[in-house]
Amino acid sequence: MYSAIVFLPLIGAMLAGFFGRWLGDKGSGILTSSLLTASAALSWVAVSQVGLSGADIRVNILEWVTSGDLQANWALRIDTLTAVMLVVVTTVSALVHIYSIGYMAHDDGQPRFFAYLSLFTFAMLMLVTADNFLQLFFGWEGVGLASYLLIGFWYHKPSANAAAIKAFIVNRVGDFGFALGIFAIFAVFGTISFDAVFASAPDQVGKTIAFLGYQLDTLTVICLLLFVGAMGKSAQFLLHTWLPDAMEGPTPVSALIHAATMVTAGVFMVARLSPLFELAPMALEVVVFIGATTAFFAATVGVAQNDIKRVIAYSTCSQLGYMFVALGVGAYSAGIFHLFTHAFFKALLFLGAGSVIHALHDEQDLRNMGGLRKGIPITFALMVIGTLALTGFPFTAGYYSKDMIVEVAHASQLQTAYYAFILLVAAAFLTSFYSWRLIFMAFFGQPRHDEETAKHVHESPWVMLAPLVVLAAGALVAGYAAYPYFVGEGYGAFWRQSLYTSPANHILEEAHHSPQWVVLLPTIMMAAGFAVAWLAYIAFPKTPALVIRAFRPIHAFLYNKWYFDELYDVLFVRPMTWLARVLWKTGDGRIIDGLGPDGVSARVIDITSRVVRLQTGFVYHYAFVMLIGIAIIVTYFAYVYWAQLQRAF
Amino acid sequence: MTDIGLPHYLSVAAVLFTLGVFGIFLNRKNVIVILMSVELMLLAVNINLVAFSAFLGDLTGQIFALFVLTVAAAEAAIGLAIVVVYYRNRGSIAVDDINLMKG
Repeated sequence: MYSAIVFLPLIGAMLAGFFGRWLGDKGSGILTSSLLTASAALSWVAVSQVGLSGADIRVNILEWVTSGDLQANWALRIDTLTAVMLVVVTTVSALVHIYSIGYMAHDDGQPRFFAYLSLFTFAMLMLVTADNFLQLFFGWEGVGLASYLLIGFWYHKPSANAAAIKAFIVNRVGDFGFALGIFAIFAVFGTISFDAVFASAPDQVGKTIAFLGYQLDTLTVICLLLFVGAMGKSAQFLLHTWLPDAMEGPTPVSALIHAATMVTAGVFMVARLSPLFELAPMALEVVVFIGATTAFFAATVGVAQNDIKRVIAYSTCSQLGYMFVALGVGAYSAGIFHLFTHAFFKALLFLGAGSVIHALHDEQDLRNMGGLRKGIPITFALMVIGTLALTGFPFTAGYYSKDMIVEVAHASQLQTAYYAFILLVAAAFLTSFYSWRLIFMAFFGQPRHDEETAKHVHESPWVMLAPLVVLAAGALVAGYAAYPYFVGEGYGAFWRQSLYTSPANHILEEAHHSPQWVVLLPTIMMAAGFAVAWLAYIAFPKTPALVIRAFRPIHAFLYNKWYFDELYDVLFVRPMTWLARVLWKTGDGRIIDGLGPDGVSARVIDITSRVVRLQTGFVYHYAFVMLIGIAIIVTYFAYVYWAQLQRAF
Repeated sequence: MTDIGLPHYLSVAAVLFTLGVFGIFLNRKNVIVILMSVELMLLAVNINLVAFSAFLGDLTGQIFALFVLTVAAAEAAIGLAIVVVYYRNRGSIAVDDINLMKG
């Protein structure tokens, strides 16, 4: 059964990819969707077996790599953490597959699309079921590849290609750190199996690695390197620039990969490696700092964006920051809890945005929307549910998970925790503001799109709305239903060994006894954000323009995403382009080619062009050469055999 | 007057052979001249053969000279035939025009 969960998507990917022409557009969509649905159903069985009945399972597939000391078996490690991720990944993936049947109905190359989607799901499942670092890395790169393929799905659009390459390259930076971390683990522990590494991790506390004359704490270095990988994949501050651009891909892709699953791989990785991180307090400080900065930074940028998908993308970035703060303060389950609920409401928001874009014939700019709640009432209702859950409206999914994170940030003793607490509360306000701003700009007020589009505004077909309804149900009840297991009293029985917390770590306990004002603060912020958005976009629609005019530099700063792209362009892209150009023109062109192949061939041509002149074509020249040759031969033999000749005569 | 001995014959033959060789190299006009030069060289060789034959009292050389004459006649026939065909095809048998094998 567990193998089926993982390999059904692969079968779907291969069938749709290799035989898509025979299956047809509809056929490949329905085939992959049904396989994914089966996989999702099995995942729910798995979570009930593993999480609730408490039976960790390991399925050995095959011996994979054996090279010297390096041994890696391909095994599926199904504990509660994996089971939760299985549910998230397969459920959202199945819903996105079904949604895509409707959303991509008019696209060429649907078999390719479904093959990529299923391939992505397979890679993601490999990632979450990994039993050693090599498998983790395999899944990690697999999702990176699938993400690249899907961002660049509309490969005739130059911007899509550029975004795909950007996503790939920025992820390479993170993966470089991740790979170094794995190397360091193998160098220190001599094994890459999770169990063996976790078992011997406590022995490494306080040991150091000598590097360039510095003594560095072993576990801190390893954890920081691994976290760099997580930063790349989960679009954290400094390595976040690829995520908004990745919105060039089709909207279902954004929902599946860039909201619900792949970007949470970093969160999953840190949670999976909690036995390592828990022993490296310095690394945890960094995780909290980066997470909090990301949560705040992305929220500020989200306020100023006009592209509906970009707003949600920055929101994703921000929510990932929340998750990392939770991990950093040691409340791993709170981070996974938010991951779980976030998958529902963010996929809902993305797919809802896709429905809006579908209704408006590929219009993504919020400034050209408005008044849509009459034209597409069901989408409107579902989007509002998603927004309520995202902003943390009481008793929706986000309310439980996000408030939990704010509480653990407040309860934590880490030095950066207070910084994180302040930024998270500020980000909660901004989240509420930009989310309602999106709703108000898209669905309320006067329509700002042209007459032609307005006439064709239509509700999406049910094949698209049904997944939205399922996700909306999840967004409403997932938090309430899962709260006792994830962070409540069922914590120990549910997670068991899959999340490690040191004996001194009572963060969840302390968070449950937070002061009343801390518990209420996020809700107050949510209400304040809603109120400000309502005042600015409904009550006094003139204000945004006035505010923008009044604070033009600040708006430009936010609108241009803190100028990160420009900064990286100056810092990295231009010097690299210059260096690459020099290496190409001088190093490769002049030196290697000049002395190597090109030089040799030029000399050969020089010599032969001279030799060729001997071939005049005149008979008498040839005869002359022959005669000279004979004369030389005769002279030579006469010289050599002179003595014998003398004797003969 | 001295007797005419082997060296005289050999000298005449050498002169004729050299004339033939230079006829091939220095001739720029006509393929037929080359054929004639080749003939001249063959005759020089013939004189050598006959002279040595008489000098050594061995008839083999004279028999070879007859063979050479036969072959030379055949060669002249074929050579002239080639020249005729060549002239028909190209309209010229000037040596300087014949350089199709130029590299």
